[in-house]
Amino acid sequence: MKPLNKTQDWRFKVAHREAWIGVGLALFNFIWWYGFAYGLGSKPVEEYTYVFGLPAWFFYSCVLGFIVISILTIVIVKFWFVDVPFDEEGDQR
Amino acid sequence: MNWSVITPLIVMIVIIFIIGYWSSRKVVSSDKGFLQEYFLGGRELGGFVLAMTMVATYGSASSFLGGPGTAYTVGFGWILLAMAQVVTGYFVLMVLGKKFAILARKYNSITLVDFLKTRYNSPVVVILSALSIIIFLFSAMAAQWIGGARLVESLTGMSYNTALFVFAISVVVYVIVGGFRAVAVTDAVQGGVMVIGTLILLIAVIIAGGGIPNIMADLVAENPNFVTPFGEDGSLTKAYVSSFWILVGVGVVGLPQIAVRAMSYKNSTSMHRALIIGTIVTGIIMLNMHLIGVFARPILPGIEIGDKVIPLISMEVLPAWLAGIVLAAPMAAIMSTVDSLLILVSSTVVKDVYLNYVKPDASVQNIKRVSFAVTAILGIIVYFLAFNPPELLIFLNLFAFGGLEAAFIWPMILGLYWKYSNKYGAILSMIVGIVSYISIHFYNQVNGELFGVHTVTVPIVLSFVAFIAGSLLIKREAFDYEMKIEGELSR
Repeated sequence: MKPLNKTQDWRFKVAHREAWIGVGLALFNFIWWYGFAYGLGSKPVEEYTYVFGLPAWFFYSCVLGFIVISILTIVIVKFWFVDVPFDEEGDQR
Repeated sequence: MNWSVITPLIVMIVIIFIIGYWSSRKVVSSDKGFLQEYFLGGRELGGFVLAMTMVATYGSASSFLGGPGTAYTVGFGWILLAMAQVVTGYFVLMVLGKKFAILARKYNSITLVDFLKTRYNSPVVVILSALSIIIFLFSAMAAQWIGGARLVESLTGMSYNTALFVFAISVVVYVIVGGFRAVAVTDAVQGGVMVIGTLILLIAVIIAGGGIPNIMADLVAENPNFVTPFGEDGSLTKAYVSSFWILVGVGVVGLPQIAVRAMSYKNSTSMHRALIIGTIVTGIIMLNMHLIGVFARPILPGIEIGDKVIPLISMEVLPAWLAGIVLAAPMAAIMSTVDSLLILVSSTVVKDVYLNYVKPDASVQNIKRVSFAVTAILGIIVYFLAFNPPELLIFLNLFAFGGLEAAFIWPMILGLYWKYSNKYGAILSMIVGIVSYISIHFYNQVNGELFGVHTVTVPIVLSFVAFIAGSLLIKREAFDYEMKIEGELSR
């Protein structure tokens, strides 16, 4: 019943690292979104280019940005996120 | 009455009743204790249901009617703003994440308030947080009911009162019967309806508009500002749009109805799956809905009331029966938000107020009866309030979202990760958060946005400072996360 403190340290360490990854990913997401939207979108409309019919700033910031973040989420979860038991006795089910 | 639209809605309500009934058998047969089963689904949600219930709870009437309606008026700038919501898909689960799941189980927490109670060991924190959940979310719920009834009214041609009755009965019955599990499972079905519905509608709108380049040309011809990030009159500033990353992005971590879902999942595998599914589904729904709003403009110009853009464009570009199916999506969004709020407010009343202060030694039988009764009574009160909504309710609803974020975000996050967090910090942070939110709201109404950012920004900063100051200056003490909890037996 009583787990070793060492085990819990291990789980908390994983949890802390993954929370920081979340913060990092959100920061990256924001910079991508902001950079493309206002980097390309601040030009006069006559100079806009279009990708798949959408304004380039929008395509890169919101459409491609969303795809990139989805892929990053998948990669991060598959390769860096660690399975940990939640119950005190370990996951029985 | 428009039967081709009503039929899909009726089918959806029937499906929801069946799910409620099926889930109720789980409540009866569960061996995990009634409270945990009824208010948390026995902590057994799998990845798909977890992702969908988070998306569906979060995506309310505003994402399906108000949001696209604003995009119709403002143009691409509003889609840019709306896409800040994709971050919620991964951020909430990554940040609350495993630490919250582990501690919530260890402390045997059923509600968010339960968790705060054990972490801060302070009745003041319990009462403050229970009160703010009950007051703010109750008003938010009533506002959503009004939205739901209006939608049924406009789709079916029923009177507002009949529509309200139909809406109320369908929500209350399955929440009472099925509990959190029914809410989560129906959310998953409704989330599916939203994804498919918005995809169909987006494609139909693009075809009706003669392809995307054609629609763009029409938009630029009407007003070139529609295709810029700055809004139709250039008034969407960088700072203002970016501040929505707090309100509808990272700040969502502080919303109790979202946070409670982060303690309901079965194991870390479901959490990992939910992270991925949630991010993708949120992105698809937000992108589709708001693109539909903007693209609808050249096809159906001159719509005055934003909320009507989606219903009108659906009827315009789709055959009636398909429009009925697609319009089940906003209905699904409203129902899934309302049911989550109802079960959350009910759990706060039963677990955090009744069991803490009214009758701590209640028997299982008693708790069951009280839980069903409280849910039913809350449902009935909201029903009567929605008949003729009082001013106060509308007023409180204004603060529901940002106010709760400002109150809960730091007691949650810092309580989880910072060992020096204490009750003084938490109490100060909640009071400063709510009071400054309400004050700045009034300031902004008179003077325009303070610092050019959304109301929520400054209170989040102030409540952070208050939290740190309170924790470090008053009885500073490190908290032991490894502490053993004798805990109450799960009932």
